[in-house]
Amino acid sequence: MRAKVMISATAVAAMLTLVAGCGADSTDNEGEDGKVTLTVATFNEFGYDDLLDEYMDLNPDVIVKEKKAATSDEARENFMTKLAAGSGLSDIEGVEVDWLPEIMESSDLLTDLTSDEVEGRWLDWKAAQATTGDGALIGYGTDIGPEGVCYRSDLFKKAGLPTDREEVAAAMGSTWDDYFAMGKEFTGKTGTPWFDSADAIFQGMVNQQANPFSSTEPEETLIPLDENTEIKAIYDTIIQASTTDDLSANLQQWSTDWQQAFQNDGFATMLCPGWMLGVIEGNAEGVEGWDIANTFPGGGGNWGGSFLTVPAQGDNVEEAQKLAAWLTAPEQQIKAFKAKGTFPSQVEGLTSPDLLGVTNAFFNDAPTGEILAERAKAVTVVPFKGPSYFAYRQAVTDAINRVDVDESATPDESWEQAISDVAALM
Amino acid sequence: MPRDATSFRHTLNRWDVKSAPYLYVAPFFIIFGIVGLFPLVYTAYVSVHEWGLITGNQGFIGFENYSDVLAQERFWQAMRNTFSIFLLSTIPQLILAIWIAAVLDANLRAKTFWRMGVLVPYVVAPVAVGLIFNQMFADKSGFFNAVLTSVGMDPIGWHSDPFFAHMAIASMVNFRWTGYNTVILLAAMQAIPRDLIEAAVVDGANRVQRFFRVTVPLLRPTIIFVVITSTIGGLQIFDEPRMFDQIGLGGSDRQYMTVTMYLYELGWGSQRDFGRAAAVAWILFLVIVLIAVVNLALTRRIADSGAHVPERAGKGVQS
Repeated sequence: MRAKVMISATAVAAMLTLVAGCGADSTDNEGEDGKVTLTVATFNEFGYDDLLDEYMDLNPDVIVKEKKAATSDEARENFMTKLAAGSGLSDIEGVEVDWLPEIMESSDLLTDLTSDEVEGRWLDWKAAQATTGDGALIGYGTDIGPEGVCYRSDLFKKAGLPTDREEVAAAMGSTWDDYFAMGKEFTGKTGTPWFDSADAIFQGMVNQQANPFSSTEPEETLIPLDENTEIKAIYDTIIQASTTDDLSANLQQWSTDWQQAFQNDGFATMLCPGWMLGVIEGNAEGVEGWDIANTFPGGGGNWGGSFLTVPAQGDNVEEAQKLAAWLTAPEQQIKAFKAKGTFPSQVEGLTSPDLLGVTNAFFNDAPTGEILAERAKAVTVVPFKGPSYFAYRQAVTDAINRVDVDESATPDESWEQAISDVAALM
Repeated sequence: MPRDATSFRHTLNRWDVKSAPYLYVAPFFIIFGIVGLFPLVYTAYVSVHEWGLITGNQGFIGFENYSDVLAQERFWQAMRNTFSIFLLSTIPQLILAIWIAAVLDANLRAKTFWRMGVLVPYVVAPVAVGLIFNQMFADKSGFFNAVLTSVGMDPIGWHSDPFFAHMAIASMVNFRWTGYNTVILLAAMQAIPRDLIEAAVVDGANRVQRFFRVTVPLLRPTIIFVVITSTIGGLQIFDEPRMFDQIGLGGSDRQYMTVTMYLYELGWGSQRDFGRAAAVAWILFLVIVLIAVVNLALTRRIADSGAHVPERAGKGVQS
């Protein structure tokens, strides 16, 4: 009898301790000595780790927590779900330019962030991307993605190609044909693929089109995919280079195989926007020989670029706006650039000597600040992206991957499938 | 009963006795009504409206969502994928579960360790299992292809080929659920009275005959339960195929996209159309009910085929 009482008493004590331990975590925003807790949702690598610590030092009554999604697609799904649900979004949400037009349709659910402090801070076209028809600014620009070409100088050496980045830039030329021609030479000599993914080439090319999927004169109209000769021409060029000429490593970006390929000498070059530098460094840890050339096929290109938005459903909109304004100030963005390669979209940032002096140790001490600043100047076309951009681009990406990665369809079949996928969106 | 002064108390007592059972089960039905029945009815309501993800209710359109969905080729592809994965996972899983349960039923050493051991895969989060298996099944750098190439065979396109993708996903599902079904079947097996088995031994039945003609028929109610829950779960499968690649759409040709993933893509992906997603949800519900009824009919018949022994034994064997 006594044993029974002892055992049950111990059990009750254990359960109470467990419950007390579980209940201790509190998530309320305003408790804890009047401190405000802000959450910042980002994806991939924004370069904010140290910056958030710095902000907390400068503002002792604010606690900032970062929530990182692995890819932009995941961040988009989370954003859409919680925007529709009306709650659950972080105080600051990072948004990528490819899906920004989709959420612009619900701009009333985002805070208007217009203020004198940020007037004229960004490049015109960058600020315009986040400005609604009524003139409300719903996102503060963070980075842009001016592209260079990253390459493996050690693999180039084996193929007898130049390794110095200026010589490489000269040899690579400035057109897509030149780029592919150099690739044929390389792959012919070594058998190693020239670039990682056909879809990445598509991203490079589509971002050089003024009106990839919708025309804007006289007003925005979707171009049906079967009538879209420009995109079809791009598709054909890519299939030619990746499959017929065998320059592609047949990988899907962000997949396990793609990450592994960095460690296995899977490919020699890749199109490199600023934010990709941090990704390459992470995936290619321990690999020596990466460098970046100051050139881009087609002249100039911009891939991606993000914004910080402040959802109206949040509890701490003013504090969040303050934090967002601070994070997107030129000085802070340059610090993020030094950390992860996210290139500033702020006008002052582009001309600051601090930026132009940045070098990247992993990329053979390349003057990445200078290189990317020149690449940014070379960008002449900013594509128009409407609300259906994301869905149409996904359809063409799938078509390319069916041929390049899965090898499960012929190029013509794959294109027909893309046309019917897009028709289903109606 | 004569009417007297205490008849009101009698009436109260009668009400008490009659209604008490209903009041005891009412909490379950109230909760079911809120979290089960109401969403079901509301989904039906959404499915007959034009309803955007963020734009909301745009107006009644009758069954247009259903006809749109049924006309989309991707829907039928999702159905085929779902059934393929369902058959590849459920059938081997249940056969394996019965077999393992029979093995565990025997007099082993460290019985409890083995019996709890089969449940360990069930405890691991499905997303974690998905991520790990995704890496192991990677087309170029995965573990399984490395093993295949090391013995001289061609690598298999686990992500690119539909059939092998289904097999890979089915293996994830089997990994998780076999142990769970085993434990349920084991519990049922242990409830079979030992004297029936002994009577069968005395009658000269060997191990196989004992298993198929005594054990399995007596397991029939449990087998029905396990088949129906596996059907419902198998047709709704989402976690494993979604975690099978980084993008989560089911492959560039949607080769391993299941109906639930298709529903998610319609509602939250490129179409952002809740009305169509709700239509898919209701179609899936009706399909699951249909298949569950078919499975019930089949399982009652199959387990019934060796029913002579239970008819005699069930009446109470006196030895």
